[in-house]
Formats: sequence, C-alpha cells, structure tokens
Amino acid sequence: MKRVMLTSVMLLAVTAMVGPFYWLVVGATHSSAEVFGSPPPLLPGGHLLDNLAHLQETVGFGRTILNSLLISGLYTVLAGAVCALAGYGFAVYDFRGKEALFGLLMLGLVIPGQVTLVPLFKMMMAWGWLNTYQAIILPNLALPFGVFLMRQTMSAMPRELLAAGRADGCGELRLFVRVALPPMRPALAALAIYLFLYQWNDFVWPLIALRTTDAYTIPLAIASQTGATDTDYGAILAGTAVAAIPMAVLFLFLQRHFVSGLLAGAVKE
Amino acid sequence: MTLRARALAPYLFILPAVALFATFKLYPIVWSFLLSLFRTEGTVQSFAGPANYARLVNDALFWTALGNTGVILVVQVPIMLILAGALALAFDSALLRLRSVVRLGFFLPIVTGPVAYGLLFAVLLNPQSGLVNWLIGVDVPWLSDKFWARIALGLALTWHYVGYNAMIFLSRLQSLPRDQYDAAAVDGAGTWRSFWHVTLPGLRPVVLLTVVMSTIGTLQLFDEPYVLTRGGPDNALLTLGLYLYENGFRYFDFGYASAIAYALAVVIALLGVVQFRVLRDKT
Repeated sequence: MKRVMLTSVMLLAVTAMVGPFYWLVVGATHSSAEVFGSPPPLLPGGHLLDNLAHLQETVGFGRTILNSLLISGLYTVLAGAVCALAGYGFAVYDFRGKEALFGLLMLGLVIPGQVTLVPLFKMMMAWGWLNTYQAIILPNLALPFGVFLMRQTMSAMPRELLAAGRADGCGELRLFVRVALPPMRPALAALAIYLFLYQWNDFVWPLIALRTTDAYTIPLAIASQTGATDTDYGAILAGTAVAAIPMAVLFLFLQRHFVSGLLAGAVKE
Repeated sequence: MTLRARALAPYLFILPAVALFATFKLYPIVWSFLLSLFRTEGTVQSFAGPANYARLVNDALFWTALGNTGVILVVQVPIMLILAGALALAFDSALLRLRSVVRLGFFLPIVTGPVAYGLLFAVLLNPQSGLVNWLIGVDVPWLSDKFWARIALGLALTWHYVGYNAMIFLSRLQSLPRDQYDAAAVDGAGTWRSFWHVTLPGLRPVVLLTVVMSTIGTLQLFDEPYVLTRGGPDNALLTLGLYLYENGFRYFDFGYASAIAYALAVVIALLGVVQFRVLRDKT
C-alpha cells in the first residue's frame, strides 16, 4: 500500500516535470493559432515543417543551428584541452608558484561572470571581433570549474606509472597523451558534456557579442522572435524544441556521463 | 629530454589556461572596476570617483532589482530546496518502483536551457489562452500582473532546478553510513526520529552547497526574466543582471553598468560568507 502511494506521488511529480517537455513537442508541431486554440492541442500536429520554414525566413535558422553546433563543438574540444592540460600540470608536478596560480584561477569561481561583460564587449569591439565565433569561444576556455575538476581527477593518477614512462625515455607531452589521458576517459566525457551543455544554452554573452542574425546561436534566434506584434508562437516552440530535444536525446544515450558531469558541476561553487 | 626542459614542462601545461584566464577574466575584472569610476557621456569618459556608486545608492530601480532578487531568495529557493529534499528521500526509499522513469523526469528539465524553458513557460502560462489556465479552468493573469509574474518565474525556476538539487541531495543520502541508522534503530528510534537525528544532520553539507549555489544563481538571474517578460510588468521581474544589461547595452552607460556589476559581486560575496557562517556553525 505504502509502495503504491509513494510511487503514485512520485509519478505525479514526474508528470509535472515531463509534462511541459511533452507539450513542447505538441506545440512545436502546431501553428500559432492552434497553439492557443480552445481547447489547446494535446497531441502532436503536422505543422512542424511550416514552423521551421518560418524561422528560416525570419532569422535564417539553418545557419543558426550550424552556428550553435560549431561554437559548442569547438568550445568543447578546446576548453576540454585547456582544462585537461592545466589540471594535469597542477595535479602531477610541483613547481614554484603552483598554489598561487591555482588560487588565482579559482578566483573565477567566486566572481560573477557579469562583472566582465562590459570590458569584454569593449575588447571585442576594439578587436573587430563582434559577431565572430572566437568572441564567444575564447573568453570562457579557461573555465575554472573545468581546471578544478581535472586537477581532482588527475590527482588520483599513480605517479609510479609516470616515473616508469620517464625511465623509458618518454617525453612529458607524450606521457600526458599516452599514459595519463586514457584512464581519464570517463571524467573527460563528463567534462565534455558539461562544457557542451553550458555553451549550447549560454545566452547573455552571445546576446551582447552577436548582434546580427547571421551570427545568432539558437537561444538568441528563438528569443529574438518574441515581442513582435505578430509573434509566431508555433515557430518559437519549434525553435525551442530544436534547442531542447537534441540535449534530451543525448542524455538518454549518455545517461551515466551526464549524471556525473552535471553532479560534478555541483562542486563548482 | 634535458632537466631544464623538464623543469619548464609544468609551466607549459598550465600556460594556455593561465594566459586565457588573465586576458579574458582578470584583466576585465580590474578594468570593470576602473570603468565604474568613470562617467560615460556619449563617447566621452571623465573620471568621476565614486559618483556612479553614489548614484546607485539613490537609484530606486537598483533597490527594486535587489528587492526582487531578495523575494526569490526568501520564497522560491527554500520551497524549491525542501521539495528537492522530499524528492530525494522518496527516490532513496526502497519502496519506490519505476526508478528509471522517475530519474528521466528529474533530468529532462535540467538539460533544457534557460531560454528554452523560459519561452516554453511563457507560452504555457499565457494569460489569455495558455494550456495551464485551460487545465485549471481559471484565468490567472500570469505574466501580466506583478504578483503572478513572480509566481510564474518561481514556477519556471523550480521546474528547472528541483531535479538537479534532488540529485545532489540523493548522492549525499546514498553515501550516509548505514551503521548510524542501525544504531538509531537499536536505540528504539522510529522512522521520524532517525530522520531528525541521523538524516538531517548528515545532509547539512549539501544543504550548505545547494543554498550557496542557489543564491549565487539567483543573484545572477538574467535569461529567464528576460525571455518571460523583459523584466516587467512594472519591473516586477527586474533583476540586477537585467538592470546591468539595460544600462550597459541599451543606454551604453558603461560606467554605471560596471558599478552595478561590482555591487552585484559584493552582494554575492557578503551573502556567501554569511550563509557559510550560519550553516557551518550548526554542524
């Protein structure tokens, strides 16, 4: 009896959490008029392609998706490399200034990112980098949380293994790539998911640095659709579905890495 | 490899991170403070000392933004964390069935970005013809009324973050040593007493963690109020982040925007220290 009650209450909670997501799919496949019909639609309709075509007309949504994929993909690879290299450096070596430099990087965890928005905008303007990929990718490559996570993980690396490699005449970089990285694969996957999700969903900095529609990422493109007098909500929901559903599908396939990546994010403060 | 080259190796490993961090974080942080001491008029900047900060203290909208953030902190965050705790306890219970379905339910909102779920909630909560008003059969003026707009924001935030916090609570619950529960049971403690004396004290570190994380997140809130109502109606959802954005990137008053940014950093630091003290002392 208790079991049935507990499970029912939890299923109710899950319905509240999955319900809006399900209805996103429903809304994305209906026209704006149908979305706000009475009664509202509860099953998917056949309007998805029209909605996406509308987005293509107004913001060039195909280009938007490409921008988001390229920015998030490049960011994940580069930030992953920067964080893994630094994490390894801090974890396995002893050198002068180590703790001071690490402390400096960790300062980034406590200072809100919004403090840097105005100066970063002025920098990007001066360099002519507004509306470019590098304006979005470069500023957050040295993610303090990523360096922290990589240092944590790599600290568990047995030093004898590295010593053995050195005795075999292996160079430091080769040692990192061949000996240190392979066992770190799960942690790297978790970091990669965290980085990709972070960049895919990031809004305020792209909103400031990307000012023309051909440079927009998905969150910018869909947010830019609101506020007009003839707002097309079917199109907005279709764009929102494009932003949200790929992440949900990725989650289904990579659940284990997602869980550790997202929970690792919990140590960032 | 020579010894010299090996001594250099650690610096080369950390060089990209340190150089990027110095260029795109440290330098802007310092520059932002300097900017906050200048008055921006058109393209001309003149040294103004603490004038921007004096203006901030007398700016009613700044206090409105801070007050709005305070309301979310005092109302939404505790409710969300208590719900998260309850969900975690239920998930941890051996009685629960359909675990993988429940877990999926927790995570779907987490992977949905703030702009996406903000827009989704704006449509669901549309006052005239949204799904929610149709379901409950009442015309609640979500998003067009000051009070209900705050409730709407709270609902959206809770939907997104409750599962995430529940998973953090859960990972702690599952690492609590079982022998303490056994000892409590031997002492004749019931479910409720062992919850009060074993589970709750054991959760304290993650309570601190989630409270601090939620506070920092709330103070920096931007995306959700931006897409829900652009801060309206009548500034009901105006946050410090939105006010900073408006001043910096609509009026291009960089000096004033930088002063707001620094005020934000100070508030976050102060609240962080207070929360850390309060929650740690009880341990």
